[in-house]
Amino acid sequence: MPAVRVATVAEDGWVGRLARPIRRLGRLLFSVALTFLGLTCVTFFIGRVIPIDPVLAIVGDKASIATYNKVKIEIGLDQPIPVQYWRYLVKIVHGDFGNSIITSEPVLHDLMHVFPATLELSVLALIIGVVFGIPLGVLAATHRGRWQDQVIRFVSLLGYSMPVFWLGLVGLLAFYAELGWVAGPGRIDVSYDDIVHPVTGLLTLDSLIEGEDEVFWNALSHLILPASILGYLSLAYVARMTRSFMLAQLKQEYVLATLAKGLSPFRVVWVHALGNVWVQLVTVIALTFGNLLEGAVLTETVFAWPGLGLYMKNSLFNADLNAVLGGTMLVGVVYIGLNMLSDLVYPLVDPRAREQR
Amino acid sequence: MSTRLRLAALAVALPLAFGSSAVFAATPKDTIVMGWQLDGVLTFDPAESYEIATQEFGTNIYDRLTRYEAEDPSKLVGGVAESWTISPDAKTFTFKLRPNQKFASGSPVTADDMAWSLQRVVILDKAPAFLFTQLGWNKDNVKTLVQATDPSTLTFKITEDLAPSLVLNLMSTYAASVVEKKVAMANEVNGDLGNSWLKSHSAASGPYTLVSWKPDESVTLEANPLYHMGAPHMKRIVIRHIPEPSTQRLLLEKGDIDIARDLTPDQLKPMEGNKDIKIESFPAANTYYLGMNMSEEHMKNPKVREAMKYLVDYQGLVNTVLKGRFIVQEAFLPVGFLGAIAYNPYKLDVAKAKALLAEAGYPNGFELEFTAPNTSPWTDISQSVQQTMAQGGIKLKLVQVELKQELAIFRGRKHQLVLNSWAPDYFDPHSNADTFAHNDDDGDTPKIKPLAWRTHWYIPEMTKITLAAAKEVDTEKRKAMYADLQKKVTDDGPFVIMFQNANQVAMRADVKGFKTGLFEDFNFYRTITK
Repeated sequence: MPAVRVATVAEDGWVGRLARPIRRLGRLLFSVALTFLGLTCVTFFIGRVIPIDPVLAIVGDKASIATYNKVKIEIGLDQPIPVQYWRYLVKIVHGDFGNSIITSEPVLHDLMHVFPATLELSVLALIIGVVFGIPLGVLAATHRGRWQDQVIRFVSLLGYSMPVFWLGLVGLLAFYAELGWVAGPGRIDVSYDDIVHPVTGLLTLDSLIEGEDEVFWNALSHLILPASILGYLSLAYVARMTRSFMLAQLKQEYVLATLAKGLSPFRVVWVHALGNVWVQLVTVIALTFGNLLEGAVLTETVFAWPGLGLYMKNSLFNADLNAVLGGTMLVGVVYIGLNMLSDLVYPLVDPRAREQR
Repeated sequence: MSTRLRLAALAVALPLAFGSSAVFAATPKDTIVMGWQLDGVLTFDPAESYEIATQEFGTNIYDRLTRYEAEDPSKLVGGVAESWTISPDAKTFTFKLRPNQKFASGSPVTADDMAWSLQRVVILDKAPAFLFTQLGWNKDNVKTLVQATDPSTLTFKITEDLAPSLVLNLMSTYAASVVEKKVAMANEVNGDLGNSWLKSHSAASGPYTLVSWKPDESVTLEANPLYHMGAPHMKRIVIRHIPEPSTQRLLLEKGDIDIARDLTPDQLKPMEGNKDIKIESFPAANTYYLGMNMSEEHMKNPKVREAMKYLVDYQGLVNTVLKGRFIVQEAFLPVGFLGAIAYNPYKLDVAKAKALLAEAGYPNGFELEFTAPNTSPWTDISQSVQQTMAQGGIKLKLVQVELKQELAIFRGRKHQLVLNSWAPDYFDPHSNADTFAHNDDDGDTPKIKPLAWRTHWYIPEMTKITLAAAKEVDTEKRKAMYADLQKKVTDDGPFVIMFQNANQVAMRADVKGFKTGLFEDFNFYRTITK
């Protein structure tokens, strides 16, 4: 008897334990698929109604009508839009995002080339934003209404409201043209170009891997200004959010209790209160990162930074729809990925989330 | 407190860390670095390329059958060909190739390479194919009409009646570049005659070879020591895609680029006193015009068209916002072209325009939609035109759009009035005459869409003259025909032809020998020194 019972329990447990994650995975996959369908649908139809003619982008204004029509058929634009969309979906399912008009390369290849440049920029910007933004937010909360708070509020308001385009130019004028502290627009000096072979595509990392110190310093010197400017923008957001989260925490009774128990105010603020806002901050940071990726268009234009933003802008102006769609999907993937990642991180920073699982 | 201090220290130290490695990067002595907006670059293949920037690169990468050289850009000379003869009926052209020419790969340039290169333009049927199909060549006959009779002799026949000077000019276009057959065919995919490989590689015999094209980033060219005129002075030419003109200016002032191509007047002006920088202006061949739509009732009336030509402040614009970038040229041929005339009959004259409009039956004027591109210098022109037209009573509703969007509207004949420009395709008057004065099929499905078609200007008789001028063998007679055509178009056509442009180029003071010509075909890198 006992043996049988044990077996049943084990079977129950096995099926039960497996069923839940499978169901969860199913739900997740379904929602991801739905998100993508929506994303492709909206982008595709917007792309088809913009009044720029992709055929003209390829053949030029002066080609004969025969050539024009031939290319139109070649890229499938002679079909009704729903048919075009269906064909596109079928191709995506097979992992084929089509070729870019501009580069004639598969869009996936292009994205693998441009994305690391944006990633490098965004990661450093995020680090700057978080490393400076959180302490500033905490400081503002603990000094609420005093001059520190006002200064931080002013600094973040500036970051909120100044056009990144203008900020970039002013930054270049000051730190590159006048002071000469950093290198100019572009990812690397012409003389260092093509020395390092791309492994990760992140120039700073690749140059370290290959032990090319000079290339590393040059790449970093090119990177630091645009990253700081993007970082400043995310700093503004992170600091504002941290401040309001912290204010909510500092009102809680446990803060008073711990202080009454004689803990140092420093410990109460930086360990206990800050510890409790991490869950919210993880979401903020994930969102900030997503914003950085898609918000890089203007920064990349000013800094001639050959990343995703520049690629997508260029593609849009040339009606290079495959490239625009591919880029949009990539940003979508990143957002979904970040969401999943922050889901994973919650239990690490919040024991309650751990127990719920 | 200590945290704050540490943060502050870090904030200050971070930029200083780079101060040491900073960065007065003058460009390398043997390299020219150019800043340019390269967002239009699509392909380097001579049988496919039709964008301004790649035409310029192509000029410096490939050699052509005939060409205009830097030393005298007004004189057609041999490129791949050393000399040529033309049969008395002007139908058979025989070219003797220059001896001892080599491709960058080291192989000799043969007549077979040249014949194949011309054939593939027609067979691939991409954007530039129309240049050669006007000779009567098509996919089926081009292999018999264009042949290498021996390794150093190319012979081709044309089936259309065309002036020999026009044929030779067509052979000086980028499409008439010699491509190394062996290399291209070694990279052929699905019978594309090497097209997809040649989009981003070169198989050429010109002064430079294409080392790399990184879309949205840069184009790198390297000197070809085997070039028949000898290796060029500069070992490398790097063209960086700098989308933002203000950024180009900073890079130029700092010496990180040697040449900036896209600076606007408000960026050039402050640099005038800078002794490290020189700004030069070179005439180019783009014709800027207003295009009407003659399906629109008002503009069918010749008096209205004439009135509109009196409502543009040609000289005022050239003296102010367009200074240094444009000259007034009201005829459709740019100054410098065969047959170009100085014919500028119109100036701003509001009273005259009002009188004409009254005669036409519109004493109170009328309204029109005016479509114009949304960037400078287009915006400068369109706003001024809007204002002066209003003085005469013509109210323009200005719609500013992306240039490519405007092109689609114009080609679809969905405009009422557009502002646009025309760049000739080759250094021959026919290129412009064939668009401003050619429309004998005004239906919705013509074979080509010349500007006269786009404006609904149905001119079967004038089209005959245009085609006859293209065939005229006597050059003086030909010039006279074009003079006559230009006057007719300016006087009666649905175009307000206004300006011919100039390119303004800002360079480091030590850069010598770079100038831009009427066309991209005349922009040579091999003469640059520094």
